[in-house]
Amino acid sequence: MPKITYISHEGKKNTVEVPLGLTVMEGALQNNIQGIDADCGGSMACATCHVYVPENWFNKLEKAPDAEQDMIDMAYEPKKNSRLSCQIIVTDILDGLEVVTPIKQT
Amino acid sequence: MIKTDVIIIGAGPTGLFAVHQLGIIGLKCEVVDNLDRPGGQCIELYPDKPIYDIPAIPECTGEGLTNGLLKQIEPFKPNFHLGQRVEEIKKENDLWILKTNKGNIFSAPNIIIAGGVGSFEPRKLSLKEAEKFEGTQIFYSVTNKALFKDKKICIFGGGDSALDWALELSKSNEITLIHRRNEFRGAIHTLNEIRKKEKEGKIIIKTPYSLKNIEGSQTMTGIEIEQEDGKIEKIKIDYILSFFGLIMKLGPIADWGLNISNKTIPVNTETFQTNKEGIFAIGDICTYPGKLKLILSGFHEAALAARACFKKARPNDTYRFEFTTASKSIHDRLGLKK
Repeated sequence: MPKITYISHEGKKNTVEVPLGLTVMEGALQNNIQGIDADCGGSMACATCHVYVPENWFNKLEKAPDAEQDMIDMAYEPKKNSRLSCQIIVTDILDGLEVVTPIKQT
Repeated sequence: MIKTDVIIIGAGPTGLFAVHQLGIIGLKCEVVDNLDRPGGQCIELYPDKPIYDIPAIPECTGEGLTNGLLKQIEPFKPNFHLGQRVEEIKKENDLWILKTNKGNIFSAPNIIIAGGVGSFEPRKLSLKEAEKFEGTQIFYSVTNKALFKDKKICIFGGGDSALDWALELSKSNEITLIHRRNEFRGAIHTLNEIRKKEKEGKIIIKTPYSLKNIEGSQTMTGIEIEQEDGKIEKIKIDYILSFFGLIMKLGPIADWGLNISNKTIPVNTETFQTNKEGIFAIGDICTYPGKLKLILSGFHEAALAARACFKKARPNDTYRFEFTTASKSIHDRLGLKK
């Protein structure tokens, strides 16, 4: 099972196994990872599962579609490497993925 | 004080269908919602996005679904109390007394909470200093256009609200439109208008920039905006308008003594009652083993919660299960002509 590392804004790392096919957001909720709210449940309507993806991993992800970019506009302190974790589906290629959660989601 | 059988908190699809299910079995209700129109997330977050999993409706939008539900509950003439939030609840004898922030008071034996993920609030600027000027020089919605006449205004955001207000206010103001990336999200017609105004010098567009600092102690005098590479620019302004959409907050519901875990309320799946007698929770806000946050699950939950409300609202009557196809009393409640 791929390992995903959630890094808090303070730098605290939390590595968990997330089944293939789940999203990085679902992996966080199932493992009680703090810092990801996911208010809308993954319908790309709220931007409260916002994460920063370090550059080495960011480039391995498929490009965020326009609808996701539009939603990221609403997120708390978005950056160039911002993504919505509900739109990142866990695959073998993403084994070892690191994501950084923002200071807060709203 | 308004007396009724059931008070529904939340006018999203689940709350609206609860009105229907209560109406069918002959119970009266009042609906309270913090938004200024019914529809909840459907109307506020995705009015134009298609939904494909409503039974027997292959495709509809959030707005279409809301309109359909409103039409369906018309016979029951529900009272909506919009633009207000239930602040407190308390129990007196066997009745729940509710009070909204607009001073409305309700009394009923049953409350159905169909509150989704909570009430909507504008997403605020992340800078702490922004709080100080909120309501005087920083606004998250426009209620009084006259205030801005002949002033220097910065508008933050890249969506419809930001673009529409930039256009509207550019008629009599100097507008700077600031967005974190170069692309805006809006109707093509609106975007063309914005570019036209930019050429005319009526709107200055600053992208990709975000807010770095607010200047001024008593009065906000200007701001610093920053690009991601650290390039900073200073702008003198009178007002900030910020449009970053809405967030959902559980709000006062959290203080009512209900069991709450992960922003949801555990319920008994037979009646959808919470840990408080006479308070039910349905839709996205309730949780139980196997819960799916689907609109259709909310409809099912509304049907069962409505029947459970009957007992307390009509303690001396026996509830009889009836079909809408065959029941004369249901036909009467629907106002059907014989």
